[in-house]
Amino acid sequence: MNARLLNRLPPVATLGPVVALLAACLFFASQSDRFFSGQNFSLILQQVMVVGVIAIGQTLIILTAGIDLSCGMAMALGTIVMTKFAVDHGMNPYLAILCGVLVCTLIGAINGALVTKIRLPAFIVTLGTMNIAFAVMQIYSQAQTVSNLPDAMMFFGNTFHLGQTTITYGTVLMLGLYILTWLFLRETAPGRHLYAVGNNPESARLTGIATNKVLLGVYMAAGMFYGIAALLSVARMGVGDPQGGTTDNLDSITAVVLGGTSLFGGRGTVFGTLIGVLIVGVFRNGLTLMGVPSVYQVLVTGILVILAVATDQLTHKKG
Amino acid sequence: MLFKLTIVATVLAASASMAIAADQPIIGLITKTETNPFFVKMKEGAQEMATAKGAKLLSASGKSDGDNAGQVTAIENMIAAGAKTILITPSNSKAIVPAIKKARDQGIMVITLDSPTDPQSAVDALFATDNYKAGVLIGEYAKAAMKGKPAKIAMLDLLPGHPVGITRHNGFLSGFGAPGLDGKTMTLGKTADVVCMADSWGDQAKAQTVMENCLQKNPEINLVYTINEPAAAGAYKALKAAGKEKGVMIVSIDGGCTGIADVKAGMIAATSQQYPLKMAALGVAAGIDFAKTGKKASGYVDTGVTLITDKKQETVDSKDTNYGMGACWGKKS
Repeated sequence: MNARLLNRLPPVATLGPVVALLAACLFFASQSDRFFSGQNFSLILQQVMVVGVIAIGQTLIILTAGIDLSCGMAMALGTIVMTKFAVDHGMNPYLAILCGVLVCTLIGAINGALVTKIRLPAFIVTLGTMNIAFAVMQIYSQAQTVSNLPDAMMFFGNTFHLGQTTITYGTVLMLGLYILTWLFLRETAPGRHLYAVGNNPESARLTGIATNKVLLGVYMAAGMFYGIAALLSVARMGVGDPQGGTTDNLDSITAVVLGGTSLFGGRGTVFGTLIGVLIVGVFRNGLTLMGVPSVYQVLVTGILVILAVATDQLTHKKG
Repeated sequence: MLFKLTIVATVLAASASMAIAADQPIIGLITKTETNPFFVKMKEGAQEMATAKGAKLLSASGKSDGDNAGQVTAIENMIAAGAKTILITPSNSKAIVPAIKKARDQGIMVITLDSPTDPQSAVDALFATDNYKAGVLIGEYAKAAMKGKPAKIAMLDLLPGHPVGITRHNGFLSGFGAPGLDGKTMTLGKTADVVCMADSWGDQAKAQTVMENCLQKNPEINLVYTINEPAAAGAYKALKAAGKEKGVMIVSIDGGCTGIADVKAGMIAATSQQYPLKMAALGVAAGIDFAKTGKKASGYVDTGVTLITDKKQETVDSKDTNYGMGACWGKKS
């Protein structure tokens, strides 16, 4: 590949996901008359909101060149804690939600502490906490689904009207969290520090950045996002599901990678992750509308992931 | 550039909307996974009936057994696609209920295939095997085949808390003579004959490990109950490795084509055969009926279960493996 083409790759890495998403939308709009409507896009947003919010946390961690396999199980444990506290122990629902979010944040803190203090690889640490969270959830819930939840817990599953379109509050929350995280990463010092740590932790440390504090903060913040995702899951499903979250870790990593964030750390945006999440959601929705089995969505996702990582690898080598 | 693309998309969308036939009833089928041959068969049955009667079949599934979120998404996409009937094999009998309610509130008929919801009244109708009866049949068969010999039983169950696993388990013990276990009992029964009990997740590799451990615990095991035939195949491998495959009887449930071949080969003594293809075909027919007449299906429809064995016991009704092969998972019935 010649140098001029390589020079043009960074914009490809940023624009690629957007083009892929638009191309998918064009294709499905040509195949099903039900695809191109505000209502259907609102539906897709609503379907991706849980993985979408998990993927914000995953993005922060991957930006520091880490990875989090525990996110789905942390989220599922969060749903069990908040629903069981409210239903079985009669706790005030808002307090129960807070407890669920705190449990997820605690798992994040444990991940962060093990990564920074004992310098264990994030992959191994979160593999461990993933299993621990799963086991604790099964033991505590006795593998039983928690239902009959208080209405207050379902708020983010409720809808409001925007013209003809009904939109869930959860979707608005997700988009709000993306904007806030985007502003945080772009406009604040801690946000820039996070990129610096991801790029080169040693030189970041030498410029006076407290790298361990940044990392611990990132894992805890990610945990908090999983807790919020737990609340969204409860609101969307109407139950606390002890079998939930099984594939959310890989789904969130898929979204981050599809969104062009580098697994080597230091490069990427949450906006890209949102595009990545939407690509998966659009394929699942569009193929179902067309009457094509969902296994084709898995096929397409696999191909796109490899394309995304290949692009990242090529641009990385250059830099 | 983006602006242009959006315009093109709008034009394409508008032109596509004219090309779709309007009066074909749309029926959605949502299975637990895409890969389990049981559900592949189910989809075949649905597709055949839909093609024959001029309906459009949409299908989707969860990613893995237990993936409730995936099934909720599938229900929403089916509604968006305009389905008036949704057929579903729920992965999580309780957790799927709110999503089903949303669909029914919009006038959509929802029928569960194979597994019930909890409560069962959350859907319009259930087309399924009587899992308790399927268990009872192999329990009675095992009792007769043991001919009074004291039993040491290993039970390879499904997974924690799953109603289908529990009713089959209790049906088997009841058929074997244990008192007080009916189809409504929702905890796993245990009798003095049962020396080992463990979850196999209906998976051959896991079942093999479980069986190895059971034999370690009690080498005297002479009767093995398995939740399905993949689990039976795993149990057989473990027994064979221990040199015990001759003296130990395995009974199972499902009646898949591979399972019936294993019965024919003598690895499984008897199996209760169920009919997923029939469940799906009946479901599609009910959906078409609903589209034409507005009449919804209701209640529980038993899709039948048959004991298949080549070592017939006089006291228990059964068919041989030739019949079983012809009907495996509902080819004919």
